Amino acid sequence: MLAYTMRRLMVAIPTMLVIIAVAFFMMRLAPGSPFDTERALSPEIRAQLMSFYGFDKPLYIQFFDYLKGLATFDLGPSLIYKDQTVSEIIGSGFPVSMTIGLAALLLATFVGVPMGLFAALKQNSLPDYSIMAIAMAGICIPSLVTGPILSLVFGVYLGWLPTAGLDLGKMTFETLLLPVVTLSLAQIAIISRLVRSSAVEVLRSNFVRTARAKGLPESQVLAKHALRAALLPLVSYLGPACAGLITGSVVVETVFQLPGIGKNFVTSALQRDYPVVMAVVVLYAGLIILLNLLADLAYGLLDPKVKYE
Amino acid sequence: MKITRRSLAAATTALVLSLGLVSCGGGGGDAAADKARTLHIGNGAEPLSLDPHQASGTWENRIIGDMLQGLTTEDPQGRPIPGMATEWSTSPDGLVWTFKLRDAKWSDGQPVTADDFVFAWQRIMTTTPPAKYASILYVIKNAEKIYDGRIKDVTQLGVRAIDAKTLEVTLEHPAPYLPGLLTHYTSFPIPKHVVEKVGKDWIKAENFVGNGPYKLQQWKPNDFVHLVRNTNYYDNANVCLDQLFFYPTPDDNAAERKVRTGDLDINTNFSGSRLEEINKNLPGYARIHGYTGLTYYIFNMRKAPFNDARVRAAISMTADREFITKEILKAGQQPAYSLVPPGIADYQTGAMTTDFKGQSMETRLARAKKLLEEAGYGPNKPLKFTFSFRNSGDNPRVAPVVQQNWAKIAPWVQVEILGAETQINYEKLRTGDFELGDAGWISDFNDAKNFVYLFQTSTDQLNYGKYSNPEFDRLMDAADVEKDTQKRAALMKQAEAIVLKENGFMPMWFLTNRNLVSPRVTGWVDNAVDIHRARYLCTTDAQKSGTAPKS
Repeated sequence: MLAYTMRRLMVAIPTMLVIIAVAFFMMRLAPGSPFDTERALSPEIRAQLMSFYGFDKPLYIQFFDYLKGLATFDLGPSLIYKDQTVSEIIGSGFPVSMTIGLAALLLATFVGVPMGLFAALKQNSLPDYSIMAIAMAGICIPSLVTGPILSLVFGVYLGWLPTAGLDLGKMTFETLLLPVVTLSLAQIAIISRLVRSSAVEVLRSNFVRTARAKGLPESQVLAKHALRAALLPLVSYLGPACAGLITGSVVVETVFQLPGIGKNFVTSALQRDYPVVMAVVVLYAGLIILLNLLADLAYGLLDPKVKYE
Repeated sequence: MKITRRSLAAATTALVLSLGLVSCGGGGGDAAADKARTLHIGNGAEPLSLDPHQASGTWENRIIGDMLQGLTTEDPQGRPIPGMATEWSTSPDGLVWTFKLRDAKWSDGQPVTADDFVFAWQRIMTTTPPAKYASILYVIKNAEKIYDGRIKDVTQLGVRAIDAKTLEVTLEHPAPYLPGLLTHYTSFPIPKHVVEKVGKDWIKAENFVGNGPYKLQQWKPNDFVHLVRNTNYYDNANVCLDQLFFYPTPDDNAAERKVRTGDLDINTNFSGSRLEEINKNLPGYARIHGYTGLTYYIFNMRKAPFNDARVRAAISMTADREFITKEILKAGQQPAYSLVPPGIADYQTGAMTTDFKGQSMETRLARAKKLLEEAGYGPNKPLKFTFSFRNSGDNPRVAPVVQQNWAKIAPWVQVEILGAETQINYEKLRTGDFELGDAGWISDFNDAKNFVYLFQTSTDQLNYGKYSNPEFDRLMDAADVEKDTQKRAALMKQAEAIVLKENGFMPMWFLTNRNLVSPRVTGWVDNAVDIHRARYLCTTDAQKSGTAPKS
């Protein structure tokens, strides 16, 4: 398993390089620049700015400079946020996004899995249809809609929770509850549907039939045999889903005015703040690769048929 | 891995704990101690910088203007009044201004001296990365040449300290609007003794030293900026509020909900389409006032079809500005038929207008069709052009309306509308890659020149459409050297009349500033420049307690 892990990590290096190269060149090919604003700059000043940030060099040299910086963990200055480095921006925003993303993922898992299993056990009955209808609604209604509704109901009408923002920089249960719930709703829906369909299949499989034929009580059949196999598709889903959630959601962070990095991704791309966009891409890609690897390793633990060679 | 009921229960507990644990983290603390003297302000966007030499937005000005103060400052109406300077005199030719400074201190107790101004003004011309907004100060002798590197010796800049409390400023040309200009943050002093020691980190909360009524306590990126009272401020006795929190509020609706629950006392914007709802739910909160800003469309005069004045006139006169402002924008915006917005000092705005103002739309459509036919367009040679607009704010809702307006001239007027991100739109304008483009302009200081100069040949970059008229340029040059305010305004009015007559651009609507202000906040005065310094503000609670200074 160690050899397998090492091999996967070795393969990750060229993958990351390709991702960085594609993101870098696509970003630079996009029209507009960080210096195009209402107040047009004189050609002299534009040239000074380009030279200050090294944009006057050929693109491939800029790319190698960027890689050199990345190797020494120097992500460079933000082109837009003049008082902060990219590391400071990511460093201050990532903990918030990560906390919300992880909490949402945990909540989604611990609500979605039992819902899916229950629906599978009661297949083609009213509870099954109800759960799946709710799940379908969860997938269809975007957080852009659920977020403001939750904020309006629980923040404005009922006054139980703050409508948006942290408590002067502190992440508290009250300030995170609505964003976490908003973010987890779609995940609950996806996870419950995923678990239901895989559980339905597993419950019909030969090994479950054998277990039942042996006379095992139903609870043991489900917990010891069926659940393990039914969770396999979920594990493959959770890897990339986790990377997506902990790198922040632009909608949830905007609606709930949270200082995460999801917003940075979009605003920096719009403002052509190349170093910030690149940093978020690198972080996201790294997490995807890492979490996919973890998901594959977890497969081995759940499925005895999987061998790492 | 086995998943049992027990492990499920344990994991559920872990989830609850993980949510509970985060409530223990983070800093903050005594901020809520004195609610009566604290304001929470939704400030629109995250500051790009708090260094006055790197900032470029109105939302940064709101914060910086509470931390630092220039030679002049604003009164509650936003008009210029003495700030660090108590008095000034001008040489007979209007080129040399001498400012007497008051006995003011920096927040660390050091005196504010003329040297701090000289240091700041020299720094903004030479700092790296270059200060994007330094051009505001081009009126100072040699500023432009030093900024773009033609003069290397920064001491050639027209500013010198005669003694610790006397500052002499030499200008390129007379500028009666200088006191207004000097309220802008680009001209603020910075603490030389701190900046020389810590460099650009002087703006970090741990190093910050200011001469304004508040000092920087904490800046949590994307979360809030926290200012606290500067007890060394010269007029501290008359300042009511102790603490200010500025939050980035890019989502107006989310900010509105926070205002509704009392978590925000002020938000610096709201959507015009929400006005009715706001007046119902938050009576007395919505504050709308004319703003010294303009939305205008630019003709690219480098090429056909808009190098023909007849085509420009036909297209400009047929945009239904009344319908757009009343039915689409709905927040008090005024249809624009001239260049300089109402509220600009020493200028009779609206005295000059386009010749089609007041004509019915039928008359205008008939006129437009005739003009286009004269220009050679018709069924056999349709007029085709693209209108490029910013995909932000109200612009995407307006674009199809004007497209329809133009289609009414004749079936052979065919307009394609093309939305783009703001940055891309401005890049197109800058590089001339457009036919008709939309742009906005908000004055940096309260003077008509701020608008009229947009069409001067020498303005170059900002003159996106490359409008050029020797007589217009001559009038603007004459206005630059004219000391008499009335005569100067008359010259600019003549210039404005020329560009309007030639339809050098399409004025569309004058902007409004829109704030949500809790009735709890006192001392707020709506004004055309939308500047409301916190030192004039107070709360009803603080005033009830009887210790609030009179504002």
